[in-house]
Amino acid sequence: MPSQGNGRRQFLLRALAAGGTLLLSGCDQLSRSGWFTRMLDSAEKLTFGAQRLLLPRKAMAQEFTAADLSPDFRSNGTSNPADPLYQALASNQFADYRLQVGGLVAQPRTYSLDDLKALPSRTQITRHDCVEGWSAIGKWKGVPLSRVLEQVQPHPSARYVVFYCADPMDDVGTRYYESIDMEDAWHAQTLLAYELNDVPLPIKNGAPIRVRVERQLGYKMAKYVMQIALVDRLDTIAGGKGGYWEDQGYEWYAGI
Amino acid sequence: MPPHDTAAGVQTGWYRRHAWPVRLLHWVNVLAFIVLLMSGLQIFNAHPALNWGKSSYNGRPPILHMAARMDAQGNPKGVTRILGHEFDTTGVLGLSAGMDGLPVQRGFPAWITLPGGQWLAMARRWHFFFAWVLVINGLAYLAYTLASRHLMRDLTPTRTDWRSIGRSIKDHLLLRHARGEAARRYNILQKLAYLGVIFVLFPLLILMGWAMSPGLDSLVPGWIDVFGGRQSARTLHFLVAWALVAFVFIHVFEVIVSGFWNNLRSMLTGRYRIAADEDKHA
Repeated sequence: MPSQGNGRRQFLLRALAAGGTLLLSGCDQLSRSGWFTRMLDSAEKLTFGAQRLLLPRKAMAQEFTAADLSPDFRSNGTSNPADPLYQALASNQFADYRLQVGGLVAQPRTYSLDDLKALPSRTQITRHDCVEGWSAIGKWKGVPLSRVLEQVQPHPSARYVVFYCADPMDDVGTRYYESIDMEDAWHAQTLLAYELNDVPLPIKNGAPIRVRVERQLGYKMAKYVMQIALVDRLDTIAGGKGGYWEDQGYEWYAGI
Repeated sequence: MPPHDTAAGVQTGWYRRHAWPVRLLHWVNVLAFIVLLMSGLQIFNAHPALNWGKSSYNGRPPILHMAARMDAQGNPKGVTRILGHEFDTTGVLGLSAGMDGLPVQRGFPAWITLPGGQWLAMARRWHFFFAWVLVINGLAYLAYTLASRHLMRDLTPTRTDWRSIGRSIKDHLLLRHARGEAARRYNILQKLAYLGVIFVLFPLLILMGWAMSPGLDSLVPGWIDVFGGRQSARTLHFLVAWALVAFVFIHVFEVIVSGFWNNLRSMLTGRYRIAADEDKHA
């Protein structure tokens, strides 16, 4: 059947060529088309749903021993916020630092660093997984966010905890921010950390307060936290995706 | 390739080699694997180094690292360091042409990453969507191959197969291919390669992907230490992906040398033409 064979061969060759062209040049166009990226985004909901279904609410991230500590805990992103107010706080060892906790809560409060240190603390040696692919192990001490939540008493309509930070991310005044849901907010390992490896949290790692959310990636763990707000929706904040990197296209759920 | 499907018979020389579910699942797998490989290399480029251990910073240098730096003449060059040995990989690894054609520091070059330019967030979206496609497709294949007895009938080596292993190796090296009735069955090396890919490499690849998820790591804290820790899992994920690429190269090579159009047709339409059985060496 040579004639039929030739027709098929031509068809197959064209199909292969078309497939190759689509793959090499088309993918980058697909990455910029609305319907396609929305389709890709559906995987995030699937992953989030599957992990929440599979993982017990209280499942703990792995904790390590002092032998596993990274010699130097790497700083990533902002290493020293270029902000006069922050620099003024830092020059005074954060004695004038005040963490505001408000939003959908019954008892809004303001905490000094000493107030936070006076609350019961938790110490944990955990692995920090960066979205880039590296990881580092550090020893964190801080107050569990749940202790603070118990004091401010979230309103039942509160669905997310938003962290507003001191570090400017560009020249137009955008500052880092992040958000987690109430399940992660109440989790035992979710800390407002003020110590790293037995010393006060260094500026390069987020002094005076950085969040630890151990079952997610590093970009969820906001540094230089200045204000905490409980909210019922994220789409009215900044880019509307729930975080600085989320507004740049990263997933809000960073458990993967 | 159901041997009992003798409707066509040796006389006409045609038979139905691949059932439609196998054909469909094969091509979905091809698409998903290509996307996962290319987006995975883009993700790798965000930190073009591999470590062994529980974290990247454990006092030991990376086992693989790609970077760009200036040579003695002040020209940028790409350098790949593997287990302490350094290689000049300018133009391919460490330093290669970016989307605008100018040399830029990056692990793998733009032509093999998805997206081409540095764009980690988008690569992750491609990767995790097609990871679901790969896993669901793989589960569908497992269900089919068990329910249809495709696994038992066509992929499980028989005693005769094991005895033929020496001859099969020789046949492969000499590029001799089965004809006639023998062409209806997978040979022993083929069976072992397919079983290895289906039941060892892909499951390990997926498991090592899961091991990199801080969420899934908390399912049973410490389970990833079985594989040496989180950064070891990332290294294994990378190595297994390339082992699969090696399989693909051998697979496509065998497809080409043992009758490209016949093989391709059989994976598209199911129809496979059997050469006349004049040669008994099988």
